[in-house]
Amino acid sequence: MASVEFKSVTKSFGDFKAVSEVNFNIGDGEFVCLLGPSGCGKTTSLRMMAGLETPTSGQILIGGDEVTHLHPKDRNIAMVFQDYALYPHMNLADNIAYPLKVRGEAVANRHGRAREVADVLKIGHLMDRLPSQISGGQQQRTSLARALVYPAKVYLFDEPLSNLDAKLRLEARGFLNHLQRDMGMTAVYVTHDQAEAMALATRIAVMDQGKIVQYASPIEIYRRPATTFVANFVGNPPMNLVEVDGTQAGGQLVLKGEGLAMAGLPMTDAIGNALASSSKLTLGVRPEHLSLTAAGATNSISAPLFANENMGPESLVTIDRGEGARVTARIFTDDHLHVSDQVSLSFSAEHVHLFDAMGKRIPAVGE
Amino acid sequence: MTTEPISTQPQRKVRNFALLSNRAGAAFMLPAGLLVSVFVIVPFFWVIFVSFTNRTLIGKTALNPDFVGLGNYLALFDPATFFQRGQFGFSLILTTQFVLMSALVGQALLGLLLAWLIQTVPPWIKRITETFVIAAWILPEVVIGFAWFAFLDRDAGTLNMLLTGLGLPPGDFLLQQPFWVIVVFNTWRGAAFSMMLFNSAFSSIPPSYFQAADVAGASSWQKFRDIGLPLIRGHIVTDLILITMWTFNTFTPFLLTNGGPSYRTELVSIYNYRVAFQDFQFGKGAAVGVIMMLINLAFALIYLRLGRKKAPKS
Repeated sequence: MASVEFKSVTKSFGDFKAVSEVNFNIGDGEFVCLLGPSGCGKTTSLRMMAGLETPTSGQILIGGDEVTHLHPKDRNIAMVFQDYALYPHMNLADNIAYPLKVRGEAVANRHGRAREVADVLKIGHLMDRLPSQISGGQQQRTSLARALVYPAKVYLFDEPLSNLDAKLRLEARGFLNHLQRDMGMTAVYVTHDQAEAMALATRIAVMDQGKIVQYASPIEIYRRPATTFVANFVGNPPMNLVEVDGTQAGGQLVLKGEGLAMAGLPMTDAIGNALASSSKLTLGVRPEHLSLTAAGATNSISAPLFANENMGPESLVTIDRGEGARVTARIFTDDHLHVSDQVSLSFSAEHVHLFDAMGKRIPAVGE
Repeated sequence: MTTEPISTQPQRKVRNFALLSNRAGAAFMLPAGLLVSVFVIVPFFWVIFVSFTNRTLIGKTALNPDFVGLGNYLALFDPATFFQRGQFGFSLILTTQFVLMSALVGQALLGLLLAWLIQTVPPWIKRITETFVIAAWILPEVVIGFAWFAFLDRDAGTLNMLLTGLGLPPGDFLLQQPFWVIVVFNTWRGAAFSMMLFNSAFSSIPPSYFQAADVAGASSWQKFRDIGLPLIRGHIVTDLILITMWTFNTFTPFLLTNGGPSYRTELVSIYNYRVAFQDFQFGKGAAVGVIMMLINLAFALIYLRLGRKKAPKS
């Protein structure tokens, strides 16, 4: 196990900067998720760790040693690919044992070790099968077994669960989580699924347009998103963002917006700084912090109902404030709401997030 | 545990549409069909017929050939003369050696090596290599024959000028090493096909297979041996059969050596030409042609069989 460090790493493809001046540090035994939308540079970052891409500039360190221009085979890393990359002409035993074969292990040794790992992953009884003769979930575990069969410094995962169906993905996710905590391995995991990142990571690096927007623990990212981008990416459904107009009145911050009724919030220096440059602020409230209330209540937002989706234990109630500005609440309710009914959703002041005109978080009192 | 079904091979759908009615289609096919009959099918049976006669170009048997049964074939396989220079057996053995050295070793091995090497080089080197190799392949036979003749000529040849310039002794390669000249020539001529075929085969392997091997610690040779080679085995078989057939039938070395000196480069195709069109023994020549046809048929059957075995898999 080892740490990984990026020192102002940039990767350009022609004029396009896939990764731009990225700095970060992955501690020994950490499970870090690189999270972001397609094209944000997360996979490129992972491939640079693996040595499958070479940075245009910057340095990459694994376990304190510089590996920036080292060939993948000399880095002592393991990687699980999105398409599993199982060799169709080899049976499972040979597939899993392949990294040991290229290391010159004898057949008996390497097949024994492959069997051990396969047993842990519950595919030990399939060792004679070809990859085409097993299911998708089993293929996924075979590729995992091939990565685990030899001791690597860092384990890299490139969206390993994205080809599985929803139920299997949940199962595999739980297993990976257990495995990583059990082995204490250093793992870097690329995903665009925020739920996967939240469930697995000890720290999440949220990436956008080649840059790391926020690098923090899942709970920190959930509770204190650094920008509106992070707020909008993490959470299911994501945080509601409402454009508001802020003014200072009587030592309090007064927020005004369509359908919004709010008591004044305590002023802070940070809010004052934000207001000094622009009165346009963004108010953020998570769907799970909203509840149904009577019309005109304080700290509430009202608009006609757009949709009411019953998910079983809860409902997603969405109201439409006009021009596509919608607010969604996760509510435990059996109420019969009708489209176009006026609906009010209330929240408490402690669950309010504020972002300035540039989309940057304004720290709340006590942060 | 997982419960989803093992993915099954998608069934190929039969296309149930036609651009033309059957009758209109047949009408379009008719002219081509007639031409094929006149120039391919009729000569095919004519050659078989002639091979059982003692037909010649001139003399009594030109007009009234006699039916000699298997006489021509028995003459070709006469044990007393079979292995002598300028005889059928000698030519057949020479052709076998030629196919082994220039097609299987030369073209296929060189093509495989080149194809593997250009997988990892920068794209511009790959493009240049491909251009040059294909250029060697698309040039007309006669042009290439003449170019090689000019290259190897004893007195004014480019190769000897280069050798002399380097202070090395010149040689009369066409006379001294005629067999190896045509082997090198045919390798140079045909390696492009194998290279392109193997190149496209390698390109069809998902890059993640090689990347996974890279990460796992495999060397270039291990990747070639364990992943590249096994995954293109079908293409290799196809390539070997095709180039074997082509090399077996090739006539171009005639342009370099005329089959000589003293029959040392007389491949079966050249032997056939000499018997039929220089010695004017049509009957005997036709018999050689029929035997070559049978050998080609055997190759073609093997090829079709392997092709059919592969089809339902892909």
